[in-house]
Amino acid sequence: MSTPHPPQVEAADAMAPGDRTPGRARPRRSGTSPARDFGPGFLVKLALMALINALGVWIVLAAWNVGSYGILAGMVVILLAVNIVYFSRRTLPMKYILPGLIFLFAFQIFVVVYTVFVAFTNYGDGHNSTKQDAVEFLLIDNERRVEGSDAYQVSVVEQDGGALGLAVVTGSGDVRVGTAEEPLRTVEDGTASDGRVTEVPGFTILERGAILERADEVTELRVPLSEDPEEGSLRTQDARNAYVFRSALEYDESEGVMRSLVDGTVYSPSEDGFFVSPDGEQLSVGWRVVVGAENFVTAFSDQRYAEPFVKILLWTFAFAFLSVVTTFLLGLFFAITFNDPRLRGRKIYRTLLILPYAMPGFLAALLWAGLLNRRFGFVNAVLLNGAEIPWLTDPTLAKLSIIGVNLWLGFPYMFLICTGALQAIPEDLTEAAKIDGAGRIRMWRSITLPLLLVSTGPLLISSFAFNFNNFTLVYMLTQGGPRFTDTSAPLGHTDILITMIYSVSGLDGSAPRDYGLASALSIVVFIIVATISALAFRRTRQLEEIN
Amino acid sequence: MATQTSTVTTGRGTPTGGTTTAKPARMKPGRYLSELGWRHVVGVIGVVYAAFPLVYVFSAALSDQGTLTGSNEMFGTLSTANFEALNDTRFWTWVYNTLLIATITAIGTVLMGAAAAYAFSRFRFTGRRVGLTALLIIQMFPQMLAFVAIFLLLIALGPVVPALGLNSKLAVICVYLGGALGVNTFLMYGFFNTVPRELDEAAKIDGASHAQIYWTIILRLVAPILAVVALLSFISTFGEFIIARVLLQSESNWTLAVGLYGWVSDLLEAQWGLFAAGAVISAVPVLLLFLFLQRYIVGGLTAGSVKG
Repeated sequence: MSTPHPPQVEAADAMAPGDRTPGRARPRRSGTSPARDFGPGFLVKLALMALINALGVWIVLAAWNVGSYGILAGMVVILLAVNIVYFSRRTLPMKYILPGLIFLFAFQIFVVVYTVFVAFTNYGDGHNSTKQDAVEFLLIDNERRVEGSDAYQVSVVEQDGGALGLAVVTGSGDVRVGTAEEPLRTVEDGTASDGRVTEVPGFTILERGAILERADEVTELRVPLSEDPEEGSLRTQDARNAYVFRSALEYDESEGVMRSLVDGTVYSPSEDGFFVSPDGEQLSVGWRVVVGAENFVTAFSDQRYAEPFVKILLWTFAFAFLSVVTTFLLGLFFAITFNDPRLRGRKIYRTLLILPYAMPGFLAALLWAGLLNRRFGFVNAVLLNGAEIPWLTDPTLAKLSIIGVNLWLGFPYMFLICTGALQAIPEDLTEAAKIDGAGRIRMWRSITLPLLLVSTGPLLISSFAFNFNNFTLVYMLTQGGPRFTDTSAPLGHTDILITMIYSVSGLDGSAPRDYGLASALSIVVFIIVATISALAFRRTRQLEEIN
Repeated sequence: MATQTSTVTTGRGTPTGGTTTAKPARMKPGRYLSELGWRHVVGVIGVVYAAFPLVYVFSAALSDQGTLTGSNEMFGTLSTANFEALNDTRFWTWVYNTLLIATITAIGTVLMGAAAAYAFSRFRFTGRRVGLTALLIIQMFPQMLAFVAIFLLLIALGPVVPALGLNSKLAVICVYLGGALGVNTFLMYGFFNTVPRELDEAAKIDGASHAQIYWTIILRLVAPILAVVALLSFISTFGEFIIARVLLQSESNWTLAVGLYGWVSDLLEAQWGLFAAGAVISAVPVLLLFLFLQRYIVGGLTAGSVKG
């Protein structure tokens, strides 16, 4: 392991130009550094920094335009940090740590913190955005044709980018045009004849055929009359006449309530982020609010989730534990078997035995899903001569199958680490025991096994933590099925916590999205995994090495 | 099985261990069986168990029928029909996407992890201990558990920087790189510490800057661990499913894991041949890589915690 091999040295070499730190400079006089004089390294650094700053400023401006102030603030902090670190002489260690640190903060630390935040909100279907967005959506969603309003003669136009729009002629002869994104505006040099627009710069007027082709888009097109959503919009059903549509609701800014323009009902905001009328009717879309520990309460006590949650929690522990035990025992057995130096062909056996480990996990799981198929799979159809054993669809058998497949996938790893650990046991220990008259079993019990467990212990714990979240295996093999019959939640007998989170989040489309509950469950798993890892943390000597 | 066993044992070869023992040929049959023979029996059974599914998928890929039933007759027919059929699908796009994402992630992971490990191993600065401890703790939180928050983060990033929004390969790479430091720095840090400091000091006296020491001395000496980390990162990205599935929405951006899952999940019976051919093509490179670099991987796996 310690001698480098020429090809890899070249590989490391080739990576040099890609990094931010000035690299490939020639040896220079003592006391100078590429950061301080104007060698090629410094120029490369300057160019890279200019690029990063340009990119950063562009993102800041884009964030300002869209109004994403969180991203704006984050980007400003990153830019400041990058410039300080790479242009100061005092921040030498940070020059090496910062690139990774930025990614770590953005995509690992931040998302964990954000998970905690989301867990205390009702973020999900019906509560997807802010109150302001919800108000805007409701106003648009409840638009009705204004009774008795005039029909506008319209032309359907296409913007250069492909977006559809409507062009109208006003009473005073002005040509006005707008799209779904841009409200109607007056264009100076548009032309019209017979009260219908014939030419607008920047737009092409669509012919009958083209309109028919995009008929669905045309009937769904909604061109706002102005920036204010309460002004309403133009819509057309036949691509010739358009009518003014205005919302049947009105938002009262000062009191923060919705008022119906039809019957005057007042919908006031409720605690869980909906507009609700006095008699309990709520408007279709709400916004996300902080709901406190409600998601945790749901997970532990709602009758749809509580019972499955406990079952899934127990199964997750059982699955992870049994996976480690079975793979370890089989791996250890093979390691002992092939640890005899007199055995010919050990290398061939070892190479062939670790093949499953080299197979990407998702492929192996999918492959076994086919092998264990009830009617056509190889196991049933050929090995068992046509028996239709429901390997993956019976609750108990499915669990056994998952552990069995994981045994196939996991034993080579245990085989590898056990072999390594066995060979690392010093020979003088066994020698000494032999001289003291210890038998085979005694030596195994008092020397080999304890030493083996000491060195593989941390790996066993991390293997447990890995299997605890072995999403790929379970999802590819059974998708969590067979489904529980006593709950409406999309959960099943072989679901482990991580697949439960996936189903509950609704990202696969099988259930309404509930990011809040999914995040709350994530936190439960975080806590469990952290506790397990803390045990491993204590046992490893890694901490001592820090000094 | 018996003949096979004896040919293996009497075949030529040098004893691999250091201890000198009686040559197997001289052992009495009874003793041979109890000491070595059974090991071959176990070995053959183990190899059949380990390799059978791989042989099966190979035969299914070469079958001229694309169905699960048709694949049950092992090597009944040999045809390349399934491989040719892959050309009518998006399979090669997925291969390209997967290789692109996994390669860039592996390179980025090595660069960032090695740089951080160098800093922690060679410099003494305030916050070093805290930093290392923090990394140890962060390493305990699997990034994929936060996939909901990652999804929501990308929804927010999308309107600002479309390249970092949903359905973007670049965004997926960035997310994977977010996990780079936490997972690998420690593995590398331990290895960096084994390179004697006297080397850097000698170079420093000769006038080398910290960057020169890093690029021209240290990186060369730690090349094996770089290879291990690159490989482990490549393999884990290659097989990553949940984040890719959540973030990459259009079929042309899918990775192999997402795409092949799609084939098998709804039409297992009908698309089995396609899947088998795809699986063979996607597993072979990883398998070869793994076998050739086995020595390094085994070393790297145990370097983290098995000491001695």
